[in-house]
Amino acid sequence: MRQDAQYDYRAIKGFAISSLFWGIVGLVVGLLISLQLVYPSFNVPPWFTYGRLRPVHTNAVIYGFTVPAAFSLFFFLVQRLSRTRLAFPGLARVTLYFFNIVIVLAALSLFAGMNQSKEYSELEWPLDIGVVILWVMFSINIIGTIMKRKEEQMYVSLWYILATIVGVAIVYIGNNISVPVSLFKSYPIYAGANDANVQWWFGHNAVAFVFTTLPLAVFYYILPKATQAPLYSHRLSIIGFWALVFAYLWTGAHHLIYTPLPDWIQTVAIAFSIFLIAPSWASVINGYGTMQGQWEQMRSNYLVKFIVLGITFYGLQTIQGPSQAIRTFSALIHYTDWVPGHVHMGTMGWLTMTLSAGMYYMVPRIYNTEVYSIKLANLHFWLVLVGQLIYSVTMWTTGIRQGAMWQAMDHDGSLVYPNFIQTLAPNYPFWNMRTVGGVIFFAGFLVFVFNIYKTIKNAPALEKIQERDVAQTA
Amino acid sequence: MNVDKRPVVFIILATLTILAGTLFTTFIPLFMGTTTPSVEKVIPYKPLEVEGRDIYIREGCNNCHTQTVRPLPFETARYGPPSKIEESAIDRPHLWGSRRTGPDLARVGAKYPAAWHYLHLKDPRSMYRDSNMPAYAWLNERKLDTSYTEKKMRVLGYPYATEDMQALTGKTEMDALVAYLTRLGKELK
Repeated sequence: MRQDAQYDYRAIKGFAISSLFWGIVGLVVGLLISLQLVYPSFNVPPWFTYGRLRPVHTNAVIYGFTVPAAFSLFFFLVQRLSRTRLAFPGLARVTLYFFNIVIVLAALSLFAGMNQSKEYSELEWPLDIGVVILWVMFSINIIGTIMKRKEEQMYVSLWYILATIVGVAIVYIGNNISVPVSLFKSYPIYAGANDANVQWWFGHNAVAFVFTTLPLAVFYYILPKATQAPLYSHRLSIIGFWALVFAYLWTGAHHLIYTPLPDWIQTVAIAFSIFLIAPSWASVINGYGTMQGQWEQMRSNYLVKFIVLGITFYGLQTIQGPSQAIRTFSALIHYTDWVPGHVHMGTMGWLTMTLSAGMYYMVPRIYNTEVYSIKLANLHFWLVLVGQLIYSVTMWTTGIRQGAMWQAMDHDGSLVYPNFIQTLAPNYPFWNMRTVGGVIFFAGFLVFVFNIYKTIKNAPALEKIQERDVAQTA
Repeated sequence: MNVDKRPVVFIILATLTILAGTLFTTFIPLFMGTTTPSVEKVIPYKPLEVEGRDIYIREGCNNCHTQTVRPLPFETARYGPPSKIEESAIDRPHLWGSRRTGPDLARVGAKYPAAWHYLHLKDPRSMYRDSNMPAYAWLNERKLDTSYTEKKMRVLGYPYATEDMQALTGKTEMDALVAYLTRLGKELK
């Protein structure tokens, strides 16, 4: 482990801990809004109503949990894959402090009702500028480190990291161009259908670059490391990469099926959504192919469990998503709970399982120790798996149920359930079940955080020696 | 040429690949008549309605209510005629939404009078026992902040008369929100 002294891990540790902290915040708010949907008395105006808290939940898990997890893991991967030290360790630490300031202000501003209304892009313009500055600081470090790399060839994880950097920058800036009215209020430059089209070009590509290329970078690194087996096909990963980053940008309008947006934009989006199955499954096949002859590790190796279940949910997610884009199916499930069920399979299944595997691999290495408890890691695995399945299955079920009730018509063309409330009330038992699933998932996340905490706490004094070495070589 | 050994070339290629779909599906439509319809027939928002719309945004109403009626038989039977692209032509931002925890509101202004909205917003469960909507009685007690109204009207480019601005005096946030809701579905001349 002595050769690790050539790497700088200080900001990585801070980002990992920040990610876990904001992850807990995001999940607690998620549980609260889940309760609010069944029990309106959990709404405490003005700061804690569902309408204000739902953006707090989504922003906390996207920008509070996922993004710093990526900063942490990417700073780790880029140094290892480049065989060189982080280009600007000081800048990385400034990024860490600035990140936490921006997230605190973001949370407060959303509680206060300052938002642009655009989903996952709610933050008002001063915070948008903060996010962009953070992203530039992060990018300079990643690209700077790659430029001075000692390993000539860039491994596929670095491709996905670079795509994440470029993709997030383009869609985030594109969707947030607005005219300020005051420090706390702005209006977008786009209007009506154009604004909707730009928003969902952003919305779907936030999924592409935060929930897809980001965990894929981690997946392609951890999978061969955890299994100790070579990647099944480098060529497949290359084809998959270019097809994925090409096709994703055309699909945003599948969020706008049957809206006034011109049909041709919707149809192009549907066609590319179906096409996306191919590059998505390139990674799934690479995952399963790498596992050839290694499947017994599903019993013996907890990291493999996380990564294989993660890529399995990614595979399911990327079949389900394109199906939802088809007009007939969209007519049934769009605007229902099916969609949160779909999203949460991606986030609670694919994303967190993959990031957890990344953290379990990385944290012991940056602290020069072993993971505190494999038993707890297994418990964490089962809790998040069961919690997520309960969540998704109940949401799909009640989504189809409500969609069917909306569609039900008598022979004379009148609605069977003319009053909306008739279709809403049957959600409540499902929504209570969703809360149960969420609590189980949250318990799993707490086990994860405890396991990481104990791992860090038990790190031997060796770690301090390494810290000193790093300081001396700095 | 191995792009995996040339990071700068790689970044340029990745950027161009990402921009291809962006250009065709998002950027070019900005300049097409089909996505940017004529606003001649659209009745501009009054200052009170703009403030009401901003309260709708502030309270995140769009997290539970859509504003777009789909051209499907069961949909038009419930909510009225399909939404037309002109109806949201001046909306910045659009408020089409993505989830119907509550019903669509695109045509709610034609469905209920203002008095209904006051009662419903104050206590939704007095009207629908099983409703899960938060109560917004507290908006009745908050005076409407009009310090930025004129600037908002200028930024949005909506015309307004002096009496429209005078109509704001003494109004509560509830008044503004109800003014906005009762306009929905009456966008066109």
